[in-house]
Amino acid sequence: MNNISFRMLRFALVLLITGLFLGVIAAFVFFDTGTFNSFLPFYKLRPLHVSASIFWIFTSAVGGLFFYVNEYYEERKNDSLLLKIASVVWVITILSIFISFLTGNFGGREYWEFPPFLAIPILFCWIIFAAIFFGRVFSKQGKTPVFIWMWSTGIIFFLLTFAEANLWLIPWFRENVIRDITVQWKANGAIVGSWNQIVYGTAIYLMTKISGDESVAFKWPSFFFYFLGLTNLIFNWGHHTYNVPAAPWVRNISYIISMTEWIILINIMQSFKSKLTEAKKFANIIPYRFLLASEIWVFLNLILAIMMSVPAINIFTHGTHVTVAHAMGTTIGINTMILLASLFYIFSKRDPQLISKKRHIITGLLWTGNVALLVFWTALIIAGITKGYQIVINKVSFETAMQIIRNYLYVFAFAGIVIAVTLTYISIILLRANVFVKKEAQT
Amino acid sequence: MNFFKRYIYQIIFSFLICLYIYYSFTVYFAGSGKYNLSSGQKELDGQLIWQQKNCQACHQIYGLGGYMGPDLTNIISDRNKGEQYARIIIQNGTQRMPKFDLSSAEIDKLISYLKQVDGSGKSTVNPEDIDEFGNYNLAEYKNE
Repeated sequence: MNNISFRMLRFALVLLITGLFLGVIAAFVFFDTGTFNSFLPFYKLRPLHVSASIFWIFTSAVGGLFFYVNEYYEERKNDSLLLKIASVVWVITILSIFISFLTGNFGGREYWEFPPFLAIPILFCWIIFAAIFFGRVFSKQGKTPVFIWMWSTGIIFFLLTFAEANLWLIPWFRENVIRDITVQWKANGAIVGSWNQIVYGTAIYLMTKISGDESVAFKWPSFFFYFLGLTNLIFNWGHHTYNVPAAPWVRNISYIISMTEWIILINIMQSFKSKLTEAKKFANIIPYRFLLASEIWVFLNLILAIMMSVPAINIFTHGTHVTVAHAMGTTIGINTMILLASLFYIFSKRDPQLISKKRHIITGLLWTGNVALLVFWTALIIAGITKGYQIVINKVSFETAMQIIRNYLYVFAFAGIVIAVTLTYISIILLRANVFVKKEAQT
Repeated sequence: MNFFKRYIYQIIFSFLICLYIYYSFTVYFAGSGKYNLSSGQKELDGQLIWQQKNCQACHQIYGLGGYMGPDLTNIISDRNKGEQYARIIIQNGTQRMPKFDLSSAEIDKLISYLKQVDGSGKSTVNPEDIDEFGNYNLAEYKNE
């Protein structure tokens, strides 16, 4: 039972290790591009790294979802044949995507750089995942907690925005350069919002399990922030297009909606004291420590996101390493921390020894990795702002700007090694967990 | 009233979904503002070459793409670079950029695409082009 979830989660961990390893190589390619061009050029390396990272998030999020739905509704359903088929197709598609990159076959769109025909099996799998998920959720009576709303929203919006990301296949969308760029940013911005809904929903679910208090998932403030997140998913992608000469209202709406993130930031600051009490209470629970790390990163990245959304600041950050800092800060600091919390929670259900044997090592790796991430993130922000300032104000060339920020990029690359080593070690601990129970033992 | 209270979350969710659909179509049909130049077949082919060679892994258009190489939005109108410079780089590669072995017809198409992009606006915005409300005033570059 739920073996598909465990297989998907283990595959996701392999993707995480792959993404980390490729990310470290990609960081060093910046310093010696020529040597790498002969065997693994950056235009192949980057999509490999990006795809491994994105599919780590989606695969671990979806794998967790099927476990949680069974757990929440206290069902012991067997994995359906359809789910098994979809999971196999999902894995084969991801491997095909890697092969397409290595053989130089690209679709060449940001995030989704694989040939467009590979979008078909992804959509096929997602529709099956959605059908199974909604089939289970809709068959239940009573009030629906906010995390089920968030998971549902993430699933629906991934379908919508992934389809939107492929609209370029219709020539009309590409005929107008501005429309093409705008729609590309719109789809990609909203896709990130869709996986955030699934991942944040997972965080709320885990907190209800850790605290033993489910009431928070039904209270109106939780729903208020869920709807605020959804509104941002729909509109705030526009802060990436401030310099694109699209209709002015695209920029204005996005600017206004982006500023609603202040409400989230103020709420985090107001709840700081209660968070401290909560942290003291649950500090010995390993998944909670990962969630705590993710909350610190939510706070830091929210400040960065708000700053980047202010047009007067955006001119110095757009198209620079500040955008990378935000992307890495959210995917590693928030998404990966929550998903690792989720994996520890799920795996320790099958292997209770998993955490007790390695508690100190896991904690050490977690905080070492997070300190390294802070150095990594700060170096990228300084590099990005310096580059932006040099290009916008001093009008230096790209090559000169890159020379000026070279030392910051060294710091970023070496901190990246520490992040990769710590998270790989954590992943290996999880991969070695004894999660497959014999059939007789299950029944 | 009871119905409204009972289904408040469903109502808000449905409203936001409708808003998303409405906004999406508005962006598709009116989001490009007054910019209405359509790319010809040559530019569209050039864009496909840009994608097939995965140029955006290293380069950016309006800040969208990787940071290994420069933003190419305005490479053609750049006084220090320009079309000839772009042609030579694409043809021969550099120490950092691999040579892609494109035919001269393919290079022509790629250059046409870059010209089309260049004509649409400027990637770098100057601080003086931000108005008192914090909005970008892009009018001087475009046909808004």
